[in-house]
Amino acid sequence: MTEVPKIRLTDVRKSFGAKKVLDGITLDVAKAESVVIIGGSGTGKSVLLKCILGILLADSGAIEVDGENVTHLRAAQREAANKKFGMLFQGGALFDSLPVWENVAFGLIQGEHMNRKDAKHRAIETLAKVGLTADVAELSPSELSGGMQKRVGLARAIAGAPEIVFFDEPTTGLDPIMGDVINDLIVSCVRNQGITALSITHDMASAKKIGDRIAMLYQGKLIWIGDAKSVDASDNEYVDQFVHGRAEGPIKMQVRR
Amino acid sequence: MNFLATIGAVVLAFFGHLGRLTIFTATAVSHCVRPPFYPRHILRQMIDIGYYSLPVVGLTAIFSGMVLALQSYTGFARFSAESAIANVVVISLTRELGPVLAGLMVAGRIGASMAAEIGTMRVTEQIDALTTLSTNPFKYLVAPRLIAGLLMLPVLVLVADIIGVFGGYMVAVYKLDFNAGIYLSNTISFLEPLDVISGLVKASAFGFIIALMGCYSGYHSKGGAQGVGAATTNAVVSSSILILTVNYVITELFFGT
Repeated sequence: MTEVPKIRLTDVRKSFGAKKVLDGITLDVAKAESVVIIGGSGTGKSVLLKCILGILLADSGAIEVDGENVTHLRAAQREAANKKFGMLFQGGALFDSLPVWENVAFGLIQGEHMNRKDAKHRAIETLAKVGLTADVAELSPSELSGGMQKRVGLARAIAGAPEIVFFDEPTTGLDPIMGDVINDLIVSCVRNQGITALSITHDMASAKKIGDRIAMLYQGKLIWIGDAKSVDASDNEYVDQFVHGRAEGPIKMQVRR
Repeated sequence: MNFLATIGAVVLAFFGHLGRLTIFTATAVSHCVRPPFYPRHILRQMIDIGYYSLPVVGLTAIFSGMVLALQSYTGFARFSAESAIANVVVISLTRELGPVLAGLMVAGRIGASMAAEIGTMRVTEQIDALTTLSTNPFKYLVAPRLIAGLLMLPVLVLVADIIGVFGGYMVAVYKLDFNAGIYLSNTISFLEPLDVISGLVKASAFGFIIALMGCYSGYHSKGGAQGVGAATTNAVVSSSILILTVNYVITELFFGT
């Protein structure tokens, strides 16, 4: 008997007005697998993650998590279903009215009703996992550098021991060294804790490092899915152009001269 | 044809807006009466709306009471009806000026601040982050503000009524040489419980409107800084117009013939 995929997307479609953003996405992500979706800006990568999380509703198709259809859940069911997820947002999306530790412990206090003392202890432990010391815990997010904000965002994403974590552009806006530090943290968090990961990025070095498989989204469709190691020899001219960052090729940018 | 299309687009946009506001209001109210509640957040909002608005509302009330006494005197003295000044001041303040001026001042201070805070949370994905942390944004952000607005505006208006009457008393006694005892006696004997109750009912309605429009405008803000700025303007303008409209409706219900 084959194992039920952790996430299964079947013919998922989403449009905004006349613009088709997701045009029949079908993808399986196995348990403890790390899949990276690459694609240009505005191709619908973030929309796909938001549809899975229920922040946006898919127009049609089915989204299953552990075999359960979560495409159109009611608010209370959605809150329960989202306990399986953690997410690292592109800009961190840290709550600037709360100190760092409360950001990390937010899901524990609000979602799991853990008392504040224990939640703070767990937050400091989780901050240590992403290389941040306890003195950072009392700071406000605005007092942190971009790299530290990403680490706090990562700590918040994994603090509740989620089964699935989404990474939205985890290395965007960071210098190459800090980007690689974040990649290493993601790999260690995902591998050590057996987390299923779905990431979206433009950064090919990051995609190859954190992904087991890579899928390319273009014009609302997944045009290529393959092993992360084989992305450089994909035999797909679209993937080839994207991976090598060439202006010339089948992907035409809308530039007005 | 273009003219008709423009009118059609405006009408459609208006009804779309009205529909969204109705759904938002129904969802928000339903979350106000269903657990879990966030007492710490409700208390924080009550302090923000009530305590920190006290100086601005108090100043508005005292000068309104003073001007009212002065203007009434210049008008009533022509008919030797100076004894009615205490009556005019207390009735005008408790029925109309107290709730309306407090409502408009709080709309400028708190409505704008709510729209800016929630709008910034929207554009920086903090509201999406709440959803991923199994926290309903309506329960966490909107319901505490609505409850606090509903409860604190009447308290503010009650204080404004007292300060406003005191302002009128100061002008009448120290500038216009009225007898202090007679002025106070006139104030108390003319005042009916319904005058105060109608003002407090208005205040509750205004508090609800201010919080609702602040949250709604912020929640639906788009883009970046410009979108948040537009949300702030919308919150203040729409809540001010609604306050004046609802003021007439409540006055008609209480005192209409």
